[in-house]
Amino acid sequence: MASPPRSKGYQPNDLHESRQDFDDANAPVKNRLEQPVIGPTLGPFEFLRWTWRLLTSMRTAIILLVLVAVAAIPGSIVPQRLADPNGVAVIRDANPDLYAFYESVQLFDVFTSVWFSAIYLLLFISLIGCILPRTRHHWNVLRAAPADAPKQWTRLPIRQVTPFGGSASDALDRAAATLRAARYRVVRDGDSLKAEFGYLRETGNLVFHIALVGILVTLGFAGGFSWHGQRLLVEGQAFTNQLSSFDTFNPGRWFDETNLDPYAVSLTTFTPKYVRDPVKDVWMPIDFTADIVVTEGGATRTEILKVNDPVHIGDSKMYLLGNGFAPVITVRNPAGDVVFSQPVPFLSQDSNLTSVGVVKIPDGLSEQVGMQGFFYPSAVELDSGALASNNPEPTKPTVTFNIYTGNLGLDDGTNGNVFQLPIDKLTQIAGRHTGDEVVLEPGEAFVLPSGLGSVEFTSVSRFIGVEIRHDATQFGVGLSVAFLVAGLLASLGTRRRRVWVRVTPKGLEWGAQARGDDPGLEAAVGRILTKFSLSETPDKVTRT
Amino acid sequence: MIDFEANALIATYSAMAVYTFAFILFTVDLAGRSASDGQSAPTRWLRSAMAVTWLGWALHLSATVMRGIAAHRVPWANMFEFGLTATLALVGVFLGISLFRDVRFVGSFITGFAILALGIVATNFYVAVTPLPPALQDYWLVIHVFVAVLGTGFFATGAALSAAQLFQSSREAGKLSTRNWRFLSAFPHSDVLEALAYRLTVIGFVFWTFTVIAGAIWAEHAWGRYWGWDTKEVWSFIIWVLFAGYIHARATRGWRGNPAAVLSLIGFSAVIFNFTIVNVFFKGLHVYSGL
Ligand code: HEM
Repeated sequence: MASPPRSKGYQPNDLHESRQDFDDANAPVKNRLEQPVIGPTLGPFEFLRWTWRLLTSMRTAIILLVLVAVAAIPGSIVPQRLADPNGVAVIRDANPDLYAFYESVQLFDVFTSVWFSAIYLLLFISLIGCILPRTRHHWNVLRAAPADAPKQWTRLPIRQVTPFGGSASDALDRAAATLRAARYRVVRDGDSLKAEFGYLRETGNLVFHIALVGILVTLGFAGGFSWHGQRLLVEGQAFTNQLSSFDTFNPGRWFDETNLDPYAVSLTTFTPKYVRDPVKDVWMPIDFTADIVVTEGGATRTEILKVNDPVHIGDSKMYLLGNGFAPVITVRNPAGDVVFSQPVPFLSQDSNLTSVGVVKIPDGLSEQVGMQGFFYPSAVELDSGALASNNPEPTKPTVTFNIYTGNLGLDDGTNGNVFQLPIDKLTQIAGRHTGDEVVLEPGEAFVLPSGLGSVEFTSVSRFIGVEIRHDATQFGVGLSVAFLVAGLLASLGTRRRRVWVRVTPKGLEWGAQARGDDPGLEAAVGRILTKFSLSETPDKVTRT
Repeated sequence: MIDFEANALIATYSAMAVYTFAFILFTVDLAGRSASDGQSAPTRWLRSAMAVTWLGWALHLSATVMRGIAAHRVPWANMFEFGLTATLALVGVFLGISLFRDVRFVGSFITGFAILALGIVATNFYVAVTPLPPALQDYWLVIHVFVAVLGTGFFATGAALSAAQLFQSSREAGKLSTRNWRFLSAFPHSDVLEALAYRLTVIGFVFWTFTVIAGAIWAEHAWGRYWGWDTKEVWSFIIWVLFAGYIHARATRGWRGNPAAVLSLIGFSAVIFNFTIVNVFFKGLHVYSGL
């Protein structure tokens, strides 16, 4: 069988000559790669065809690759809503005009923006348009005999003649055996041989490119089934895996609440470890450990949750992302009845865990009361009289409050941000700058002015921030990436070589050709020739 | 007890001094050969330059190892350590390749680059040994940074060759004045430079692919998602895609040669940008422990 005819379009038409030479050894040397030119009489069908060839050409692939890279750059400069929501908020507050502009061109969502998607979709259409015909072609090559020798052997970079004793047919047999031993595919064709090596190169290349499509398809489809949510969990608290338990929840497109496995998790204790950095003179965390209890399917087990070390629960994973202190605040009415008593998570602001938090008491007192609090795990008084924390461990836990009355704005049903108080609409009744400072240590209480009631800093607990994730894309992407790497290594590690052998009066004539630069070709052929010469007198060889 | 931390710094500066000596020797060799129109064989200057580079590298290696011992962990957790290890890999890759192929003519570039990079990290980014914050304690970090560093070494050597290729092909086209650029006659033909640059860059690309994958696995462990378009992730992606473009360019009619070399240099600029500007000025999860 001869090598498959050069069907148009099986390869991008602007592949470099070094490769085309190889793919079709007998093609005329010059002008064999005329680009289709767009003529004046281009009908609609030809136009489509021309567009398709343009899109699936190598040049287009390069340009699209560079475009993808360039288009990604703003995604590293402008804060992205998914990676850095705070950065987006900062711009919104500081520079509304810039915010509006960024928003209008989707610069906060570069990687889901219309323009970025357009580029990568074009790239993948180009990719598929490239893969399909090449796969068909390669399939044919794999089943066909090695290519015929070029008509002019002078075009071959390597030619050599080895004399042989015995019959020509014997010598050809031995040549074939030597080539087979070097893992060439060999076909005898009268008194000549055709041999080819390195089909794995193209196979690997195709596997690599198909794996790229695999990644994209997985992200597109499986991504819709993924979900993730965050939740703050205070020591002693339990969390049940249902939508209403999450502080924030991001469902995929095809998420359905029944997807959530029924389980519960409670935090027993959270233990951070800190060391003093002697140079910068600050405390550094070196370990975070959360002891949790998981109840799943009627069984209960204890688990340890650490940074970098998620816990598998059901079909999801729980990650430790943050932590902080949650002072337990108790509010009583003038009669002494408790109207509020619970740990309130405070968000830490610095490495010594100075933290801020908000307590809202909409009901139970004669007025709505809002309290803006600061928590210092190890309070010290600065020269200015302000407090600060000098240690992330609670050696002298202290809470201060600015207390307000007025409409907390909780009635419109939105519930507001739990970490924010609309202070410009409220009246301050105690705290900083009122002459009535509220500074409490555990067990201490502050009596609110005008007989409203009292506020007690009861004790302090810790909380952790966890993220629970079900990532339906992991398996598909992982598998695709495994194929991608295997394909890449196979393709880049394999050389495509051809060897032809024919009988001439002077002996066997060997000719070899490789695709692309192959500095090792000569040495490889040399090794084959040596083996061939040795095969003539095997007895002598084994004895020496 | 030996003060590994202090000795590591001393060894770093010694390595820089020795590299400077090697740089001078490499340059003298090039100058000598350009004076003789590149006809003369490599001089003994070149051989001494290589020997001195090996010595500098040994010091550099000891600096890196001592830093690791002092910190009780791998020495690549902040900018100083990263710069130390990355330049070690760069010079190591150059020396390693020179065992197989004669690439000594880029010696002045490599040693010059190493002196510059070491000088910058040692004077501007030096920090004493600090413990690792929890998010950086993972063996995937070890793998991730290790392959990143190796990949960078190959990319850098490849870029040096691509740059040489660009100059060489301009000279071959008669576009460079023969007098000022005579030293290029000591360099191989631009096709040879291109083939070699391609080999090295492709190896760099494989390492970079592993870097991205190991980084994704680490991110999955640390932050619960393997890919989130964090600043560093964006730049790793940009670098990967640019070098994929380069690989294609090498296989495309009309793009092989100078355009491909330019793409490779753009790719390498992105690598440098990623390790310098992005680390220092950009915000993201990869903020190192105080640089
Ligand atoms: C998603 C974008 C793409 C990426 C990331 C990519 C990446 C790569 C890489 C890394 C290689 C070298 C490794 C190997 O040979 O297996 C390669 C080779 C190749 N790619 Fe792509 N590719 C992409 C799209 C395309 C497209 C659209 C085409 C067709 C127009 C194409 C055609 C080729 C060809 C023909 C080769 C072989 C080059 C050679 O023989 O040296 N690729 N690609």
